[in-house]
Amino acid sequence: MKQEKKKTSRKQVKRRSNAAYHLMMFPGLFFLLLFSYIPMVGILMAFQDFVPAKGLFGSDFVGLKHFIYMVHLPDIGKIIRNTLVIALGKILLGTVMAIAFSILLNEIRIKFLKKTVQTVVYLPHFLSWVVLASVVVNLFSLDGSVNQLLTGMGLDKINFLGSNQTFQGLIIGTDVWKEFGYSSVVYLAAITSIDPGLHEAAAIDGASWWKRVWNVTIPGMLPIIMLMAAMNLTGVLSAGFDQIYNLYSPIVYETGDVLDTYVYRIGLVGRQYSFGAAVGLCRSAVGMLLLLSANGVTKKMTGQKIF
Amino acid sequence: MIDNKSVHSKIRIAVIYALVIISGLACLLPLWNIVAISLSGSAAVTANKVGLLPVDFTVSAYKKILEDGQFWRSFRISVIRVVLALCLNLAVTVPMAYPLTKSKREFSARNFYMNLLLFAMLFNGGMIPTFILVKNLGLLNSIWALVLPGALPIFNVILLMNFFLGIPKSLEEAAVIDGAGPMTVLLKIMIPCAKPCLATISLFSIVGSWNDFFSGLIYIQKINKYPIMTYIQSLSVDIQELLKNGAGSSALENVTELSNRNLNAAKIVVAVVPLLLIYPFLQKYLITGIVMGSVKE
Repeated sequence: MKQEKKKTSRKQVKRRSNAAYHLMMFPGLFFLLLFSYIPMVGILMAFQDFVPAKGLFGSDFVGLKHFIYMVHLPDIGKIIRNTLVIALGKILLGTVMAIAFSILLNEIRIKFLKKTVQTVVYLPHFLSWVVLASVVVNLFSLDGSVNQLLTGMGLDKINFLGSNQTFQGLIIGTDVWKEFGYSSVVYLAAITSIDPGLHEAAAIDGASWWKRVWNVTIPGMLPIIMLMAAMNLTGVLSAGFDQIYNLYSPIVYETGDVLDTYVYRIGLVGRQYSFGAAVGLCRSAVGMLLLLSANGVTKKMTGQKIF
Repeated sequence: MIDNKSVHSKIRIAVIYALVIISGLACLLPLWNIVAISLSGSAAVTANKVGLLPVDFTVSAYKKILEDGQFWRSFRISVIRVVLALCLNLAVTVPMAYPLTKSKREFSARNFYMNLLLFAMLFNGGMIPTFILVKNLGLLNSIWALVLPGALPIFNVILLMNFFLGIPKSLEEAAVIDGAGPMTVLLKIMIPCAKPCLATISLFSIVGSWNDFFSGLIYIQKINKYPIMTYIQSLSVDIQELLKNGAGSSALENVTELSNRNLNAAKIVVAVVPLLLIYPFLQKYLITGIVMGSVKE
């Protein structure tokens, strides 16, 4: 009798706390449905000739018209290539620089210097590309500091921002400059978690510094390197809208136009909503596939999940 | 032999120190150049004479900013936006992260909600359907267009959920035995224990909304309602347009007036000051945050 009473009260407690949990979830769910799931329904416009005045339910369905148009567009191959080149360049160079910097920084024994350098190299990560674009223009414009240096050395000026030969390199280089410090945080944490006994043993065996870096430090960092690489690869379709938008101009659309800037210009500024949504849908779908496969790969290799 | 080795290692150490110092300078000097430009006379700036020290030192650019109504209007809009976004983010993230730490047995809908969140992280409607939604909600040209679409940062919910999961279960159990309901546990146990993580997600929110110019670019069509970064971005665009189209002499005069690069540099410096003020906290908490987010043991 007593036991039964206890059971029902426990059930009541559970029901009551479940109600409280639902209530706590409510504000978040409201915004999730409104700003994540309703736009997913809005993707329907990619299959319509969407007219804002008619709305999603009044516009005419046209099937795959916009997708077929997209596939036949001469620009689309170029834009995908630019996106991949810029994004992969940033990931590769950025990872290498961050790892190299973390290894070097770990060797610094003067605490004050280490702290100061860390303070300075993390700073660009926290600044907006709106601000950093002015910094980049200051350095790399035709009469900027870098070109002054070049002419001082008797070399020709290079129009870094206005030439299709240099623009992608500039975008990749300046992004690596902005992020290498902050990305090195993770790698530095990985280095400090390597057992110092391994280094000592290698040193006793006569391994030089280089050999120890290659055979002890880098293998010890490998799980984190793989995890970060997989995480970074999921972003391969976003080559960095903020940065490119603030630095490009029509002269360098040939090499600088990427998926996001294209969707913005054609879809939003040019008001071809349906076509823009179609390109966006393809981007989201491929992005989802990438994320899922990256998650599968890292789970298999390191036993960790990205999410 | 021994001598040779120690010479080698001395050279190696010198090279390492040099490379690290060069990396630091490479990050600092380009930013410092902007500060020097903002403090120089406009003639010296136009002639590209300013390096690391101001030439013809003057604070006239900063004096001009003081009289620039639009700059301060945008600055105020950004401050209000940061505060609104921070409050909303915390009010939504914290109560959402807690029920997600429950097992399926304790909270039957937990996995359903989690999958709903994860799917929204994987897949999104994209720029254009989101824009049409904000437009249909009548939010264009309102500060809420800058705040509401980002009200639920899913990544932060998961970060906080993971942090909550790391808090010893016994604390919560003890409170439950004493008769505390879910709300009391959240307020009295979880939130006080999760202070470092809350600091991290707050800073994520502050930096993100202060630096964002894109929402302002697409959702705000009136310059007098621009947030600060969108306003600064619009300045550099105007100059490009002017340089392209400015043929007449009056237009050229305008260019020299507008391309007052030291004035723009001063605006950038003032717009970065709020971030520099919280930078010590950023360093302290965001670095633990990034390690927390990527290294899950």
